[in-house]
Amino acid sequence: MDIVVCIKRVPATDTTIKIAADGKSIEPAGVSFELNAYDEFALEQALRIKEQLGSGTVTVVTIGSKDAQKELRDTLARGADKAVLLTTDQWVFDGASTAAALAAWIKSVPCNLVLCGRQAVDSDNNQLPANLAARLGFACVTEVAKLELADGTFTAERDIEGAREVVTCKTPAVISCQKGLNEPRYANLKGIMAAKKKPLEEAAASLPAPALEIVSLTLPPARAAGKILGTGVDAVPALIAALRDEAKVL
Amino acid sequence: MSNIVVIAEVRGGQLKRTSLEAVTAGLQLAQKSGGKVIAVACGAGLDAAAAELAKSGVHKVVAVDGPTFANYSGDAYARAIAEQVKAAAATAVLMVHTAMGKDLLPRVSALLEGSVVTDVVEVSCDGGTFGARKPVFAGKATMTVNAKKAPFCATLRPNNFAAAEGSGSAEVSKTAPPAGDLLSVVKEVIASSGGRTPLQEAKVVVSGGRGLKEAAHFKLVEDLVAAFGPGVAAVGASRAVVDAGWRPHREQVGQTGKVVSPPLYIAIGISGAIQHLAGMRTARTIVAINKDADAPIFKVADYGIVGDAFEIVPALTKAIAEIVAGK
Ligand SMILES: Cc1cc2nc3c(=O)[nH]c(=O)nc-3n(C[C@H](O)[C@H](O)[C@H](O)COP(=O)(O)OP(=O)(O)OC[C@H]3O[C@@H](n4cnc5c(N)ncnc54)[C@H](O)[C@@H]3O)c2cc1C
Ligand SMILES: Nc1ncnc2c1ncn2[C@@H]1O[C@H](COP(=O)(O)O)[C@@H](O)[C@H]1O
Repeated sequence: MDIVVCIKRVPATDTTIKIAADGKSIEPAGVSFELNAYDEFALEQALRIKEQLGSGTVTVVTIGSKDAQKELRDTLARGADKAVLLTTDQWVFDGASTAAALAAWIKSVPCNLVLCGRQAVDSDNNQLPANLAARLGFACVTEVAKLELADGTFTAERDIEGAREVVTCKTPAVISCQKGLNEPRYANLKGIMAAKKKPLEEAAASLPAPALEIVSLTLPPARAAGKILGTGVDAVPALIAALRDEAKVL
Repeated sequence: MSNIVVIAEVRGGQLKRTSLEAVTAGLQLAQKSGGKVIAVACGAGLDAAAAELAKSGVHKVVAVDGPTFANYSGDAYARAIAEQVKAAAATAVLMVHTAMGKDLLPRVSALLEGSVVTDVVEVSCDGGTFGARKPVFAGKATMTVNAKKAPFCATLRPNNFAAAEGSGSAEVSKTAPPAGDLLSVVKEVIASSGGRTPLQEAKVVVSGGRGLKEAAHFKLVEDLVAAFGPGVAAVGASRAVVDAGWRPHREQVGQTGKVVSPPLYIAIGISGAIQHLAGMRTARTIVAINKDADAPIFKVADYGIVGDAFEIVPALTKAIAEIVAGK
């Protein structure tokens, strides 16, 4: 099976976000970046499928800045065979144009399975995998927390509100990965050495005209200063009164 | 004139209550765009759900109804809905950001070469341009976008729009699912919540953290949830207690868990780490109970009580139960 893993380089989750002077992007100074955590599950799953089948290829692709070389090298060190960086200077937040560009690239390579994270934790879109699948005409299951492959059929489980859905599909498919799917492996020294000899190709991304334009990026409105109503059990009546009369939620 | 399609979610013949929130948002947009609102539902045996939608204030209901649609299939539902969006000449498509909504709407937008914004808390239509506001970077920033391609598709964060309560009587038209293979098929739906209210739909979320000291003490949280009466409240948890194995991951609130936006959120023994806030800071009213007066949770809480949860929560549960019983 020829597997493509889509990854994104994103700000670390504990980073403080500052808005840049243009009011439309974040101030990159002082931000540490990392591989999107959900994409680690996607990569791990790809490596496991390749191991299970005893054949196939794992190619990692991202649309992003040149800096993403670092995250791509890391995926090679963990066991991917090849990495491709489709470069752009823009922050890719627009799922439609990103999916269109990735779909065009995927059509140009051998691929019968695309694995993604469920969500990139910068734009928090949770939309690229389904968008991509529709453009490719592939089957798609999103937010998968358990996945099995037997006789060419995938059986995937995903949480929905109050229940778990069991979904089956065949290749070609796009699957997005949720926490709980697997425990990702990390790179060891041998992997890091091997990665130096693995191909990391670069080409300019051909992103179509954007489907969305950013009007502004702002810090969330600060929540009005809260009230500490008191200490211990004695404060319960004040809380009940506030919830009933002021917040009107009771 | 710009029509709006609202995709209603029906599971097992039942209209999801949150779909009526999307109707409200659709009606708001239609007022500005000068168009009509068409509700589209997919499933099998949709008569009851369609009748309910017809009352909600929409101008028309389309039920794509047939046995092949008994279970959700993302690719097949998306094709059917894309057809209806074209037939309705709609320039905006709304759905709630549920497991189905986030799986389905990006596909619809792709089939129609439109734009798509997910998990939005506000939609707008200004001089014919659709726009939306959504939290990004785990709620640490808010992004406002305008659509440059039609149709503009948006999934709405639950609990951000009031549910529509119309008394209308819209025309219902029924059509069969389009022919074609289903690429993915739901084989089984296993109830996991034992009939409890799903976290994202609950009007009240009561979450417990490491301050509760051990799994058994979640009884305090469960009792408070029960005090609100059936179908109102749900149990949430911080990651610390999920990682400790006290609670299942599906109850985790936060960046790597669920995002909830209920009218009332009660955090008990939770410090308020940034990743936890990502999952609940858009709740309308936040209450924190924590023995540490300097805990960061108090910075986002509307109301706080400093003290021992083991004393405060039972008293709160009793008071809430009395109010609920008095109603
Ligand atoms: C990449 C990443 C993703 C993450 N995602 C999430 C996520 O999705 N959700 C999430 O919640 N966390 C997440 N975290 C973890 C987060 O950083 C915190 O570690 C976690 O939220 C802490 O949980 P807690 O508040 O229950 O525990 P603690 O931080 O240990 O806080 C316990 C609190 O209980 C109080 N307390 C103790 N005893 C009592 C008592 N008797 N009565 C009242 N109060 C008491 C203490 O004062 C303290 O404030 C993530 C972290 C990372 C790095
Ligand atoms: N710029 C990108 N390049 C490659 N893959 C991406 C990119 N953006 C998102 N993805 C993939 O799509 C998943 C979901 O992202 P999103 O829909 O943006 O939240 C991510 O976890 C990645 O696997």
